[in-house]
Order: sequence, then C-alpha cells, then structure tokens
Amino acid sequence: MMWVSWDAFWAMGGYGLYVWGSYAVVLVCIVVEIVLARAGQRASVQTARELWEQETAHDATP
Amino acid sequence: MEQLRIRWFQWAAPQSFYPIAGRLWPLFAALAAVLALVGLYLGFFVAPTDFQQGEGYRIIFVHVPASWMSMIIYLAMAFWAFLGFTFNTRLSGMMTQALAPTGAMFTFLSLWTGALWGKPMWGTWWVWDARLTSELILFFLYMGYIALTSAIDDPRRADRAGGLLALVGAVNVPIIYFSVKWWNTLHQGASVSVTKGSSMAQTMLWAMLLMALAFWAYSIAMALYRVRGIILQRERHARWVQEVVA
Repeated sequence: MMWVSWDAFWAMGGYGLYVWGSYAVVLVCIVVEIVLARAGQRASVQTARELWEQETAHDATP
Repeated sequence: MEQLRIRWFQWAAPQSFYPIAGRLWPLFAALAAVLALVGLYLGFFVAPTDFQQGEGYRIIFVHVPASWMSMIIYLAMAFWAFLGFTFNTRLSGMMTQALAPTGAMFTFLSLWTGALWGKPMWGTWWVWDARLTSELILFFLYMGYIALTSAIDDPRRADRAGGLLALVGAVNVPIIYFSVKWWNTLHQGASVSVTKGSSMAQTMLWAMLLMALAFWAYSIAMALYRVRGIILQRERHARWVQEVVA
C-alpha cells in the first residue's frame, strides 16, 4: 500500500478535487449513457410489439 | 474468397447481425469492467507519484483514454459511412448512428477532465490553443451529426446526410492528433508515440493502456447494444422483428 491512510488517498496530495472531480464525472456519464441506452432499447421493443399486436388484431377481425 | 465475401454481406444483414450483437455485447461489457478494475488498481495503488505533478497527474488514466476514444470513434463512424456509400448496406448507417452518442460522451469527458487537469497545472480551465480548440470542434461535429440525423425522418436520407458529415469531419481528427506538433500549444506533446515510444514510467503506462482498452471494450459494447435498438426500430415492419418481440 503506497498511501499512508485513506484520508491521504482521498486528498490526492491536495489535488483531490481535480482528480475525483474527473473520475466522478466519468462515472456519472457512463451510468447515464447506460440508463439512456436501456430506455432506448426498451422503447424500440415496445414500438415493435405494439405494431405486431395491431397487425395481428387487424388480421383477426373478419 | 468469393464465399467469404458473401458471408460478410450475410452478417451485415440487420436480421443476422441482431442476434450476433446480442451475444457479443455482454462479452465486451464484462471485458471492459475487468480491464477498468485492473487499470484503476494499477493507476491508484501501484503507479508512483509523479515528480513534477504530484498526485494530480492521475487524471491521465481517464483523460488520455477518453481523448483517444473520442478520435477513434469518429474515425470508426467515418469508416462505416464510407462502407455505406460504397456498398449501400443498411447496417452501415445504423452502426454510424449507434457509435455517435458514445463518441460525443468521450469527447465531453476529454474536455472536462482536461479542464480539471489544466486548472491546477496551467492555472486555467481553458485556453484557445490548437489542441483544445480542435477537440471542441470534434464535440460540435458529434452534436451536429446527432442533430442532423435525428432531424431527418427518412432513415436512408438521414444516413446519407450524416455519413457525409462523418466523412468530411474526419479531416479534423489528424488535425487534433498532430496539433501539438504543428502549432506551439500549451498542451503537452504525445505521452506515447509510435516512433519514440513512451515518456512515462512503466506502471503509469500500463495503467493508462489498460484503461484505454477498457474504454475501447466499453465503446464496442455500447455500440453493439445500441445498434440492436436501431435495427428493431428501422425493421419493425419485417416479419422477423415481430417474431423476436412477440
């Protein structure tokens, strides 16, 4: 272990705000991107499914 | 040879690419997670303190990989756009579109982490020097691509217009890369170069390369994941899509 304590680790030799400010935003961006992509995928499946249900309902009417 | 050629075109059919992408993205996502964990461990617990920048240099482990990916993803978009114009395959435009948000994100992260690195080391968040300005232009190119393709309703026309922007905008990528050589910039030169090797300590270099590979795997996973949604949306009238979602 190269850090004397966890406090020293979080302080990053006085650069804590800059270092953790970088890594925090990277993490937030990745999480947001994954959430948005999942929502997009679900929406695509939903539209396709609704279209399919409409068409089968249409076929069923005499 | 002829058979291989036919195979490629078969895989490039959205219908066959959909399940392939579905099997591949979790592999790349897992790979990205493992590489990032090892890279961060090396970067924060093994790599030594920099003699000039103290602990502040540790921003490098996300800044340089994010900047690389911002350029590589744009080149990948230009590559798919080129394939689209040459072979007129439907998948090309979908891949270009699937890559754009991840590329825009990495460009933003490159600028953001750069600002947070610039402030303590240069004394300023931002300067209008060649490297920073050309990277900002890259961000606008991504935004322009996303705005342009989402403004055109007909997907084939959107692909062609966006593809043109991706191809023309690719000129900016070598400008970004060589800007530190061509102009006198505040930004430092390349940390890793093909001709000169690396100017960094071994463990620092390894941590950075692992993080770059992690971002690379992440980008592939995201593009494959996103392209499946685009395929479903564009082919929603096809029989096979209805079998998939039913």
